[in-house]
Formats: sequence, C-alpha cells, structure tokens
Amino acid sequence: MVALKDNTPALELAFPVRARDFLAGGDGAARIRQVLQQVGFQPAIIRRVAIAAYEAEMNIVIHSFGGELKACITPEAITITALDTGPGIPDIDLAMQEGYSTASREIQEMGFGAGMGLPNIRRCADELEITSTMGEGTRVKIVIYNR
Amino acid sequence: MQVLAGERGLDREVDSGYCTDLISDFMANGTPGCLWLTLQAHMNVVAVALLTGAAGVVLTGGRGIPPEVCRKAEAEGLPLLSTPCRTFEVAGRLYQLLFSPFHSG
Repeated sequence: MVALKDNTPALELAFPVRARDFLAGGDGAARIRQVLQQVGFQPAIIRRVAIAAYEAEMNIVIHSFGGELKACITPEAITITALDTGPGIPDIDLAMQEGYSTASREIQEMGFGAGMGLPNIRRCADELEITSTMGEGTRVKIVIYNR
Repeated sequence: MQVLAGERGLDREVDSGYCTDLISDFMANGTPGCLWLTLQAHMNVVAVALLTGAAGVVLTGGRGIPPEVCRKAEAEGLPLLSTPCRTFEVAGRLYQLLFSPFHSG
C-alpha cells in the first residue's frame, strides 16, 4: 500500500515502449492503473487514466519507432506523458478526427487503427497537449484532475 | 462453450455484455462486470479486458487462439471462453439470460 499525503512529493513512473510490440503493449498502462488502485483513487478517475494511458501507449507501439510512457501522480492530478521518436503527425487536427487513421491494414485487422485512439484520449483528459515534429517524434501530454 | 483460462473467475457476476472487434471501442465502452464478445484473439484483448475490469471474454466464431493468450489470461485470472457460435447468437443468449423476465433473479 502506498499512501499519498498533501505534501508528499509526486509519484513518478516511467515505462519503455517498443515499436510493434503487441505482446507487451498495454503493460505500462496496466501498471499505472495498478498503482492508482493501490493509492486509492476513485474508480472513475482510474478508468479515465487507464483509457488515456493505454491509447497513448498503443499509439507509440503502432505509429512510432519506440518511446516512453510516463506518469506523474499527485493527490491533485495525474499527468501522463507519451514520448516517441518517429515520423511525427503531419496534421494534428486531422489525426484528432474520429475515424481517421493511418494504421496499416494488417494492424487494422487486429482491431487497432479504427481512428478512436486520440478521440478516446480527448474524452478522458482535462488537459491535452500534442506536440509533434516531422521526422523526429511526438509528445502527448494528458492531465486528469483528481476531483 | 469451452473454458480456455481463468476457471476460478467463472463465478464472477456478469451484469452486461459488449460486442466489438475494435480494441479502442471496447476500451471506451466496455464496463466493469461486462462480458466482452469478440473474434479478436490476440494478447491485447487480455490486456484491455483487464484494464476495463471486464468480467470475462468470449471468443466467438471458433477461431484459433494462440496458447500465449490463454497463458496470460490464466496468469491474470481472467475468464477466457471460446465458442464456435457467432457473436450474434452468443449475444442473443446472453441478453436473454440477463434481461429476460423469465430469467430474472
């Protein structure tokens, strides 16, 4: 059991995410969910974090050359950061549209790449910031308030 | 219906069902205590079922299921079932069990 008091420092977690690793993909989000349960966050908050973290993690698996999923947990908010090196997102507004995906047919056959990932993240997030540089990579920062 | 993994979780209460073959769709709409009916049989189905707190997964259509998927579900205590029936048929029977007045209580 981990206890978070008002003035305790933030709990920081970081998980490497490998490109195209569909076996381990989702493990980071699962671990974040487990820690939030141990700390005693409300199930509704944990659910939103789990969805956002999972989608961000799978985006790294599907679209990038690899990266990292990080979580910063305080009593006030949970911040999820997904960082990757990869091709970057040419048009973020387009990528945010429900149903839009650039995933390959092979990946779509596994049930991914339905164009729901970023919209799912947006619905769960109180704050969402996407920065992307073509040919370098993408950073997705998600903040979910604990209230 | 064949039990592939998670036999010790078979007494869990199921309060609803959700049918989809899209992973993100289940992530967004699957609820704790629901039974997921899908023909996707790869590792991420187990991961997503655990993340959403689903009561279990029914793999429909009698497709081949990789042994590592069963092993992971077993290790996590997630009930994983397989049936040659189509999703439509399984959903109809589940709906009857859950919501038919003759089966209530």
